[in-house]
Amino acid sequence: MRPLRLLVPIASASFVLLVAAPAWACGGLVNSNGSVTLVRTTTMAAYHQGVEHYVTSFEFAGGEGEFGSIIPLPGVPTKVIRGGDWTLQRLVQETQPQRFGALALDAGAEAVPAAAKVILKTEIDALDIVVLEGGGTAVGNWAREHGFFLPPDAPEVLDFYAERSPIFMTVRFDADRAAEQGLSQGDGTPVHVVIPTPNPWVPLRILGLGAAADAPVEANVYLLTDIEPTMLPAPLAPGVASRLPGTSHPGLILQQSTPASTSLLADLRSDKGMDWLPSDEMWLTYLRLDAEAGELDYDLAIDASGAGQPSLVAAGLEPVAEPDPVRFDGYRAALWTAIGILVALGVASLLQRRRTGRPAV
Amino acid sequence: MVRPGLAAAALLVAAAACSPASATPDARTIEIGIHYSRFDPATVDVRPGETVRFVISNTDPIDHEFIVGDESLQDAHELGTESYHPPRPGEVTIPAGETVETTYTFDGGNLIFGCHLPGHYDYGMRGLVVVGL
Repeated sequence: MRPLRLLVPIASASFVLLVAAPAWACGGLVNSNGSVTLVRTTTMAAYHQGVEHYVTSFEFAGGEGEFGSIIPLPGVPTKVIRGGDWTLQRLVQETQPQRFGALALDAGAEAVPAAAKVILKTEIDALDIVVLEGGGTAVGNWAREHGFFLPPDAPEVLDFYAERSPIFMTVRFDADRAAEQGLSQGDGTPVHVVIPTPNPWVPLRILGLGAAADAPVEANVYLLTDIEPTMLPAPLAPGVASRLPGTSHPGLILQQSTPASTSLLADLRSDKGMDWLPSDEMWLTYLRLDAEAGELDYDLAIDASGAGQPSLVAAGLEPVAEPDPVRFDGYRAALWTAIGILVALGVASLLQRRRTGRPAV
Repeated sequence: MVRPGLAAAALLVAAAACSPASATPDARTIEIGIHYSRFDPATVDVRPGETVRFVISNTDPIDHEFIVGDESLQDAHELGTESYHPPRPGEVTIPAGETVETTYTFDGGNLIFGCHLPGHYDYGMRGLVVVGL
């Protein structure tokens, strides 16, 4: 039977800000009757000098009680702070008028805890933010035990992400605190997450969490990278997307891919917490996601290194490879051989020095 | 947070469902797994008049239900507001990560088993009991 208490709806308006790298977003809003309303989300994921800066905004939708969301992260954040006031809006302003214009895949390297481990807690305005480390089941258990409503696709989706990165950020919106702080419906709280990671990626599948298979999922994703990124899945050009037969939801569409203007970078740099952004020579990519939830079984892999090889695993199109024990043994044997040679050379050097009374060359 | 009363109710349901008193000595046991909000197997075959002890294991981090009945009963549960199920034959709540059991005697035609927590039935959490000779 349908539970009377409809728990903590999942609400998220995510913005991915990617300066040269990864981002993620989630945008499922579960209403009190259990239905899911998807809202267009905007996220910026910026990647610069090995650090991903993810900026998203959580919008107060009014009403009482609590709202929460779960966002997978590509790595352990060093800080979670209040985002700037105009970064996302400025990106929209930069791109809307123009109608067109490697992930830490170290699965198996470290065992994830059986129970979710809280690695960071903070409050930003009316948001209670907790960063967790754990497998899909562990994070799901933690979320359930802390009052989050998890839709039926959550177990599979959480595992999908945990296999690649066991780091998740939960965000709970405290409506009572929002009322105390005078927040009105539609007010957003930007959140800026700083994540050192060698391989940025943008979670997209999470956007369809809890949605019916035929429900549309829409999002704006902005990437800022040092150079023009290569992406997987490769986004469609707007002209191609509009001509695709038999579908009104073509997936990822590349709306803009250009060098970031100096005026844009200057405006972004002047926002709170954005002074890390270079003042020039950044690449701006604007992607529009328009997909059916049932078709959205991938993320956005980004190669911002110039190698042009975005990861199939990061895109969720290929499972994480298990460590190859034969190959590992080969490496280990080679390592021990090298150590043995170095030790032998050291011993020979010592003996030579004792014989000659001077250091060996 | 899980409400203490709710958790206690779930435990009571689980305990009652697992009670030896609810088991029928000559009942055939059918094990049903739940993973990623799917029943496995999704189809089971029984004989008319047969009593079956269903042992249902939920490996998901979310709660599920196992409700046996015809389409009208499934519709009633889908529209219902019962938070947790009393230990009625063929109706049981399976808390996350737990295994419970329920016993049901099949009299007539084919039946359906399903979960009616919000969105679960539409998501595909349903199976078929084929009652044949």
